[in-house]
Amino acid sequence: MRALKTALFATCLLPFGWMVMAASGIAGLSLGANPVEALIHEAGLWGLRLLLLTLAVTPLRRITGCNWLVRLRRMLGLFAFFYVFIHFLVYSVIDQRLALGPIVEDIIERPFITIGIAALLLLLPLAITSTNAMMRRLGRRWQQLHRLIYPIAILGVWHFWWQVKQDIREPLIYAVILAILLGFRIWSRQRRRADAAGPPRSASVTGLSRAMHELQASPAPRK
Amino acid sequence: MLIRKAPDIRPSEITDEHSYLNRREFLQLAGFTAAGTMAGSLAAAEPSGKPFPKVAKSPFSTDEPINSYEDVTTYNNFYEFGTGKGDPYRYSQDFSPRPWKVTVSGECDRPGEFSYEDIVGSHSLEERIYRLRCVETWSMVIPWVGFPLADLIKRFEPNSRAKFVKFKTLYDPAQMPGQRRGVLDWPYVEGLTIAEATHPLTLLTVGLYGRELPNQNGAPLRLVVPWKYGFKSIKSVVSIEFTERRPRTSWELSAPREYGFYANVNPQVDHPRWSQARERRIGGGLFEAKQPTLMFNGYGEQVAQLYDGLDLRRNF
Repeated sequence: MRALKTALFATCLLPFGWMVMAASGIAGLSLGANPVEALIHEAGLWGLRLLLLTLAVTPLRRITGCNWLVRLRRMLGLFAFFYVFIHFLVYSVIDQRLALGPIVEDIIERPFITIGIAALLLLLPLAITSTNAMMRRLGRRWQQLHRLIYPIAILGVWHFWWQVKQDIREPLIYAVILAILLGFRIWSRQRRRADAAGPPRSASVTGLSRAMHELQASPAPRK
Repeated sequence: MLIRKAPDIRPSEITDEHSYLNRREFLQLAGFTAAGTMAGSLAAAEPSGKPFPKVAKSPFSTDEPINSYEDVTTYNNFYEFGTGKGDPYRYSQDFSPRPWKVTVSGECDRPGEFSYEDIVGSHSLEERIYRLRCVETWSMVIPWVGFPLADLIKRFEPNSRAKFVKFKTLYDPAQMPGQRRGVLDWPYVEGLTIAEATHPLTLLTVGLYGRELPNQNGAPLRLVVPWKYGFKSIKSVVSIEFTERRPRTSWELSAPREYGFYANVNPQVDHPRWSQARERRIGGGLFEAKQPTLMFNGYGEQVAQLYDGLDLRRNF
């Protein structure tokens, strides 16, 4: 597990390493003609990708039965926050040069920026309460709090969608992936409810549901 | 703190041409360019267009530092070849701008079909170094080659009903892959009032950097209207039509709240989704501050009178 975590950590840092190298022109890399725009976009995209990856952990775990996947989730979530925060830093420090007036104006007057800031502010408490100590302290409320990830992801994709000038192909891909990830949760919840409420419609469905219950109930195996 | 002078670069440190040309593949293999937003700088070929033998200087030129050939030819908006900034360079290399035909029609006494040579032949070319301000808040300074559109329009003898000029870009999805998707309503349409079209700053453009236009910059013929946002400067023009009524332009049709017919550069009128008060001059690097955007992109002295009595906030 430790080796896996280290590998994941290094992998998640790759885009950041690339950004730093491209920004400083190392190894022939470059951010292109508009480096500020390139950095903002790249950091934002990686934030969104990692957010979706974080949301993919539970469905993957249930489908594959690989319960250990959940132990990688915190790192994915924190890296999502890391890239979203860099995205905001490049915007506020490099692009806007910390000019408070224009930043506040952007947040108030430009809906896609309002949405983006909202997503960032909602991510903040999740990052802060990601430690084991906080998990213990908050108990059941921890899970409730961390359900904020759903609205955050929706805001993130929406933010991407609204800032695109005309060609919505790329945000559409993210929206579809998010819809699948959220749809899976709704589907599996309804299955569980139907299962609990009435007689099963078919043996195979019961089998699948039971398997899921067992997966949820079983403790994460140690490695 | 001491700031050390960068040591001279030894030849061995310079990326050899093969790796240079292949670095996109390297990056793609590494999986970093999946989104296509952060391509390593594109390998801008050396200027390959035919140089024009005689190009006069113009008093309309700015003396601001011009953008590099690479920036001018690899960071483009030309949706006919794709919506990414690098797409026009990447996907226009097989585009063939000759033979070229321009149809002149509408309210004029000498309509007809004209070849590129007919259009350009008799005019003397000049270099105009203009600021270009994109509606997306970036800007460049570009040495264009061309001649006043007014001189061309005169030849077609527009009549008294010609209040507007409507331009169209070539529609050819086989050569222009971006047109295979309905991002905009093809063919691209732009328009100017007759006064704007015949204004001495409006340039029928055939080249940049002293050479024929590269495909990604709108070969072989395009407009440059320097006091308007870049999308007004229509590329690869195949149709010029004189009309009595105001033409509906492509961007106006696709998002009427965001893009108007006039599209004059105006720092006081924001785009609904972003501020137009400042702009980023391309080529300044990561830590260069944005600069204030000028009314009419700094050409107010020459063009402001065209809009006397017009509410520029409503007619954005």
